[in-house]
Amino acid sequence: MEKRVTFKGIWLPLLLVLPQILITAIFFFYPAGQAIWQSLFIPDPFGLSMQWVGLGNFEYLLSDRYYRASFVTTAIFSILVTVVSMGVALYLAILADRLIKGSGTYRTLLIWPYAVAPAVAGVLWLFMFNTRVGVVTWYLGLLGYDWNHVLNEGEAMGLVVVASAWGRISYNFLFFLAGLQAIPRSVIEAAAIDGAHFWTRFRTIVWPLLSPTTFFLLVVNIIYAFFETFGVIHTITSGGPQQATTILVYKVYSDGFVGQDLGSSAAQSVILLVIVSLLTVIQFKYIERRVHY
Amino acid sequence: MAEQTGMVEKRGAGLWLTHLGLIIGVAFIFFPIWLAFVASTVSQPEIVRPPMPLLPGDQFFENYSKALTAGINAPVALMLGNSLFMALGIAIGKIAISLLSAFAIVYFKFPGKKLFFWLIFLTLMLPVEVRIVPTYEVIANFGMLNSYQGLILPLIASATATFLFRQFFMTVPDELAEAARVDGAGPMRFFFDILLPMSRTNIAALFVILFIYGWNQYLWPLLITTDPSMNTIVMGIKQMFPSGDDIADWPVIMATSILAMIPPVIVVVGMQKLFIRGLVESEK
Amino acid sequence: MATLTLKNVKKSFGKTDVIHGVSIDVEDGEFIVIVGPSGCGKSTLLRMVAGLETITDGEVQIGGRRVNEEEPMARDIAMVFQNYALYPHMSVFDNMAYGLKIAKVEKSEIADRVAQAAKLLQLEPYLQRKPRELSGGQRQRVAMGRAIVRKPAVFLFDEPLSNLDAKLRVQMRLEIRALQRELGVTALYVTHDQVEAMTMADRMIVMNGGVADQIGKPLEVYANPATEFVAGFIGSPPTNFMTGALMGATSDTKLGVRPEHMRLSETGKLSARTTYCEALGAETLVHLSCADGTQVTVRQDAGAPFPEVGAQVGLDWDVANEMRFDAAGRRV
Repeated sequence: MEKRVTFKGIWLPLLLVLPQILITAIFFFYPAGQAIWQSLFIPDPFGLSMQWVGLGNFEYLLSDRYYRASFVTTAIFSILVTVVSMGVALYLAILADRLIKGSGTYRTLLIWPYAVAPAVAGVLWLFMFNTRVGVVTWYLGLLGYDWNHVLNEGEAMGLVVVASAWGRISYNFLFFLAGLQAIPRSVIEAAAIDGAHFWTRFRTIVWPLLSPTTFFLLVVNIIYAFFETFGVIHTITSGGPQQATTILVYKVYSDGFVGQDLGSSAAQSVILLVIVSLLTVIQFKYIERRVHY
Repeated sequence: MAEQTGMVEKRGAGLWLTHLGLIIGVAFIFFPIWLAFVASTVSQPEIVRPPMPLLPGDQFFENYSKALTAGINAPVALMLGNSLFMALGIAIGKIAISLLSAFAIVYFKFPGKKLFFWLIFLTLMLPVEVRIVPTYEVIANFGMLNSYQGLILPLIASATATFLFRQFFMTVPDELAEAARVDGAGPMRFFFDILLPMSRTNIAALFVILFIYGWNQYLWPLLITTDPSMNTIVMGIKQMFPSGDDIADWPVIMATSILAMIPPVIVVVGMQKLFIRGLVESEK
Repeated sequence: MATLTLKNVKKSFGKTDVIHGVSIDVEDGEFIVIVGPSGCGKSTLLRMVAGLETITDGEVQIGGRRVNEEEPMARDIAMVFQNYALYPHMSVFDNMAYGLKIAKVEKSEIADRVAQAAKLLQLEPYLQRKPRELSGGQRQRVAMGRAIVRKPAVFLFDEPLSNLDAKLRVQMRLEIRALQRELGVTALYVTHDQVEAMTMADRMIVMNGGVADQIGKPLEVYANPATEFVAGFIGSPPTNFMTGALMGATSDTKLGVRPEHMRLSETGKLSARTTYCEALGAETLVHLSCADGTQVTVRQDAGAPFPEVGAQVGLDWDVANEMRFDAAGRRV
C-alpha cells in the first residue's frame, strides 16, 4: 500500500531515517553479524588470537551433554510457564467475562504483575520460598514437607516456573478477556436457548472462537519464556542446582560472560537466533491469516 | 425463559461464586506483593524468626528511609533516578526516531526505501538477549560502560515502534496531506502541526509500553553497569543479596522491591486505557 | 480572481494515458463543472490544476501565468475536498486560519478574514468547536470557509457534496453558487452528478475515458450532445437509443431520441410492449420494450392516459428531434 501523495525531496527523508539507520546499524546489525562471525572461531588459550573452526563450535555444542540438557530444560520450562500462566489467565478471564458490572475493577487489580519486572518477581517468590525465612516454606514444614529448592532440582524448576508464569498472567488475561468479549453475545445466547449447558457451550462455541487468541498467546508466551525470564532465573536459582534451571538464554550469559567462552556463546546466540526467527515467522504467518480472515 | 438467561448471565448464588473465584485469583496474584510490603514494614528479627507476621509492622519509615538514603551498595534514590532516566530515555528516544523514520517511509519516495524497510523488519526478530555478547563489546569499545548512552542506545535499536507508526500513518486520509500542501505547509510543518497532534493517543499508548520495557530491563544493566552509582533499581536488588551464607537484609531489600514496582504500577494503572490499547495494538 | 487556461493538458501513469489532452479557456468569474462517470479522469484533471498531480504534457495557466511546476500554495488556488479534509485536532477557527498563519499574515488580519468568512457561512457560533462536533453540512461549510479566507484566484471543488444527504445537497448547491457569484471567483467543480452539473455550471466539461467529449453551456449540451456518451449521460431519464437494425436500416448509425420527445400513439415509427409505468405526480414515465429487447422510456405529462402493463403500443416522434450517431459514437 502506498500513499497517493508524497512530498518531494530525497535528502530530507534520508535525513529523517538517518538516526534509526545509525542506531540499528551500530547496535543491531553489527553485533548480530559479529555473533555469526564469532561463532565460527575459538579463541586461543591466552585470548590473544582467534582460530577458525568453521562449524566446529556448533558440532561441539550439539554433542555437548550440558547443552543438550539445557535444550530439554528450556523446552520443559517454556511449556510449563505457558500452560500455567495461560490456564490461570483463561480461568480468570472467563469469570470476569461473566460479570456485567465490576469486571473493570478486577481488571485494574489483575494488570499489576505486568508492571513488576521479572527480576523483582523473582525476588518476591524467592522471599516466600526462602529456605530460612520463607513464609510458605515454614508452613509447608508444618505440614511435614521439607521445601528446599536450593538442593532439589524439581522444586527449583517449579519455583522459577511459577514466578515466571505469575508475571505473565496479566498479559494473557487482557488478551483472553478481549477475545471473550469479542464473541457476540447472541451466539452464546442462541446456544443457551438450544439447551447447551456452560461446559458444552464453552467446548463447542467459545473455545473454537477463541482459538486465534489462544494460538497467538501460545507463540508469544513461548518467546517470553525463552528470553524474558532471565531475570527470574538469575535472581532465584542462578541456573542451579546442577544446571537444572539453566535455560538457553541463561547459558549464553554464563558461558559468554562468566565462562568467557566467546566462540561457544556466539554459536549459542546463532542457534537462539534461528529458533526465535522460526517462532517469529510462525507468528507472522498467523497474523497474515488473521488479516485475511 | 428465566432459567435460560440465567445460564448465560449468572445471578444470585452463581454471581457470588463468580466473584469468589475472581477474589481468590486476585488474592493469589497479590499475595507475593502483599508479603513484600509487610516485610518492608517490619524489623529484621521479625523476619528471620519464622513465621514472619502477615500484617504490616511499624518499621515503615525506618526501612524505607534506610533504603532510599543508604541502601546496601548504593542509595536506592540514586538507583530510582537511574531507572527513571533509562526508562524515559528508551521510551522517548525510540518514539522520536521511530516517528521520524515512519514519516519518511510513508510520505516520501526515496532511493533505498525498500531496503531500509526490510532492514528494520529484520530487527523485529531479535531480542537484545540474543546478540548480547557482541553488543557488549561495541559498548565497551565506545567507552560507554557505566553510562546512560550505553544503557539506552542498544535498547532503542529495534523497529517495533516504527511499524506501529507506519501502520497508523497509513490510516490518515491522503486528503489531509493534500489540504496541508494547498494551505502551503511543507513536509516538516505538516509533520509537526498535523501528523504529531493526530498521533497523540498512539504516542501515549506506546510510551506506556516502552516505559515499562525500559524500567524492567535486567540483563543489560547487569552487564554494563559495574559502578554501583550507575545501577538501576531492578538489577540493584539482586546486588543487595550478600554472597555466601550471610543473612540478607530483608526489610531493606523488600522496601527496595516495592519502590521498584511503584513507578511502573502507577504508569500502568493510571494510564490503563492507553496501556491496554497500546498492548493489544502493538501485538496486532 | 483570474482566468484559467488549460492547453492540451495530458496525464499518464507509466504507460497508461488517463487524460488525453484537454483544452479550455475559463473566463474570470466563470463557474465550470467537470462531469463524468467515475474513472473518467475528472478528479485527476482537477488535481493537476491544484498542483497535487504532475502534468505530463501541455500547460496550465492561471491569470495568464504558466504554473505547471509550481507548488499548490504558489498557484493562488484553494480546494474543497470530497471528505472535507478538516484537521481533526484543530478548532473551526484554526482550520480556517491555518493557511493564513503559514503565509505569515498578521494576526488581526487573520481574525478579520475568518470572522468575515464565518459570517458569510453562518459558522459564527461554531468557531471554537472541533470538526467532529459539527454536522455534515457544517463541516462542508468549514471546508468552504478554509477556501474563502485565502482569497484565491481559483476555487477548486472535488465532489464536495457527495457525502451529504439528498436534501442538503440541493440546498448547498444553491449556496455554493450564490457564494461564488458574490465573491466573483473563478471556479472549477468536479462531480459525477449530472443534475449538479446542469444546475450549477456556466459551462460544463463532459469527460469520458480521459477525453473531454463536449464543452459548453448546460442547455446547449443537453439540446445538442456531441457524442452518444454525452446524450446518454446528460439528462434523466437518459436518451433512448435505437440501432439501425431496429429502425429497418442497414447502416450502423444509432438513433437517439429523448424521452420527452417521444409519444405513444396508435401507429408510429416503432411498436413496443409496455413493461412498467411510474406515475411521479407531475409526470409519468412509461417504460417499454421493443421487439429486439431495446428498453425505451417515454415521459408524459401527468394528465395523459397511460397504457396497461403488457399492452402493445406504437411509438412516434418528430424527425427534428432525432439525433444520429455513427459507429464510433460521434454525432452525424
